[in-house]
Amino acid sequence: MAYEYRPFDYVPPPGLTAAEPRHRVAIVGAGPIGLAMAIELANHGVPAVVLDDNNVVSVGSRAICWSKRSLEILDRLGVGQACVDKGVTWKVGRTFHRAAEVFNFDLLPEDGHKMPAFVNLQQYYVEEYLVARAQAMGIELRWKNKVVAVERHADHAVLTVETPDGPYELEADWVIACDGARSPVRGMLGLEFEGELFEERFLIADIQMQADFPSERWFWFEPEFHNGQSALLHKQPDNIYRIDLQLGWDTDPEVEKQPERIIPRIEKVVGHKNFTLDWTSIYTFQCRRLRQFVHGPVLFVGDSAHIVSPFGARGGNGGLQDVDALGWRLAAVVKGAQPAAILAGYDRERVFGADENLLNSSRSTRFMSPEDGVERLFRDAVLHLASRVDFARPMVNSGRLSRPCTYPLVAPDADLPSGARPGSVAPDAPFDDGWLLDALGREFVVLALGQEAPAVPGARGVQPALNDHLRRRYLGSAERAVYLIRPDQVVAARWLTATPDAIAAAMAAGWGG
Amino acid sequence: MVLVTKPNIADADGFYARLLATHRGLSAAESHALNARLVLILANHVGEADVLEAALALARDGA
Repeated sequence: MAYEYRPFDYVPPPGLTAAEPRHRVAIVGAGPIGLAMAIELANHGVPAVVLDDNNVVSVGSRAICWSKRSLEILDRLGVGQACVDKGVTWKVGRTFHRAAEVFNFDLLPEDGHKMPAFVNLQQYYVEEYLVARAQAMGIELRWKNKVVAVERHADHAVLTVETPDGPYELEADWVIACDGARSPVRGMLGLEFEGELFEERFLIADIQMQADFPSERWFWFEPEFHNGQSALLHKQPDNIYRIDLQLGWDTDPEVEKQPERIIPRIEKVVGHKNFTLDWTSIYTFQCRRLRQFVHGPVLFVGDSAHIVSPFGARGGNGGLQDVDALGWRLAAVVKGAQPAAILAGYDRERVFGADENLLNSSRSTRFMSPEDGVERLFRDAVLHLASRVDFARPMVNSGRLSRPCTYPLVAPDADLPSGARPGSVAPDAPFDDGWLLDALGREFVVLALGQEAPAVPGARGVQPALNDHLRRRYLGSAERAVYLIRPDQVVAARWLTATPDAIAAAMAAGWGG
Repeated sequence: MVLVTKPNIADADGFYARLLATHRGLSAAESHALNARLVLILANHVGEADVLEAALALARDGA
């Protein structure tokens, strides 16, 4: 079943008839990142108005691979379970060279996590769920409201917004640009991306067919069905399959996007003609970012701040991690509990995260589309060896899939398992009848294991009954530990035992981030 | 560990001859490909990042 697009209602905004009181936060763009940002802020008690130039969810599947961390974030926003229920859960990726499998990976080889490693789900479903959630929470979504000018002031910004009924001005203390890779807001501020543009062209096709492919990610180098190039196959719900085909830089996109060119290529991939084209797109790679994500009262989140090649699923997932890092900090600033200077922590951490994503996706791209000469020589040498000897298999790079990064925090640490060291997302684990991550978030938490939680003003104590998963992920060989966990579920500091003063000091440092 | 730069192959002339013999009959492109595979195989055998880094630097020096 192809997706049925239902337009959202445009309502003439009050600003058309009289000046609106200044908003605390205006979000530009109602894609997955803008919507998630609005819900995250609402969860922290901060209202935001969302402006979108369109009135419909994403056209085409676009972002389809949602990582475990993204599902955990979406779960906190109230739509995680809907995404898991509708999506195709997978964790195994297979890479082929010609007809032989040369490498495979299992992204979640252990149990004891609420969320799976990955779910494939078309972006339009994620947006549909987020819109419904935002509307249920009373968040104001203004469709057909196109931002055409941004004026920055010391403590606020003024947006000029065009609507079907004419333009109006809207003031906000903070403007969050979630307006995507071609971010008009970025252009209006005269800001430019820095980084690499790869000269490679890919065709994406969503096809609808009855088939029995397993729920795995399949990637081919030089498959027999696609002469000398690479190809990727992903299963989505509703019998939709995503196929990415490398086209080469010399091809003409206008020619290649004609159905009479696309259909024979797809026939070779799936081996028959029994499918229909649902959506196609042609893209080139870029791996670039803004130098800074905080520009006075204007904050950049998601693709407006950084863009990567799609093969690591690091675009949408990276954007949700931006939302995670910004929400609690901005909410504290808006409420006057913290100075605006703490937003430097958002900038520092997500520039770090973006650089990790850029590094990984640039390396994948270089492996998939080597330049002629020595790049191709070594790429081919790795593929040649990978079918015969184990050591070359991990060098085969068809995309390193998104994982949350570990921020380089300088914080109290102890001899405890490295997976939960300061700067990491707290690993999930069974907790009483539910899950640990459900007991964390929105505020600082003192997680006490094997001892009572020291009482610290401004933090909530959590003392789970110990189980094997908690022991393995948080204690190792230790008998007790205290973890301080930030509102974004990142470990801020940890000790074997700690005084309330030591925890309070780490919490103050954690706000500074 | 540090990169071994003192003689370390017992029969150096014999190894050199084996290296040439391995390439015999290959085109220049095939020889380049063989060398690339050989670099990867030996690098994996060495494994240690410091040693590999020193080897890369030594090989690059004078290029």
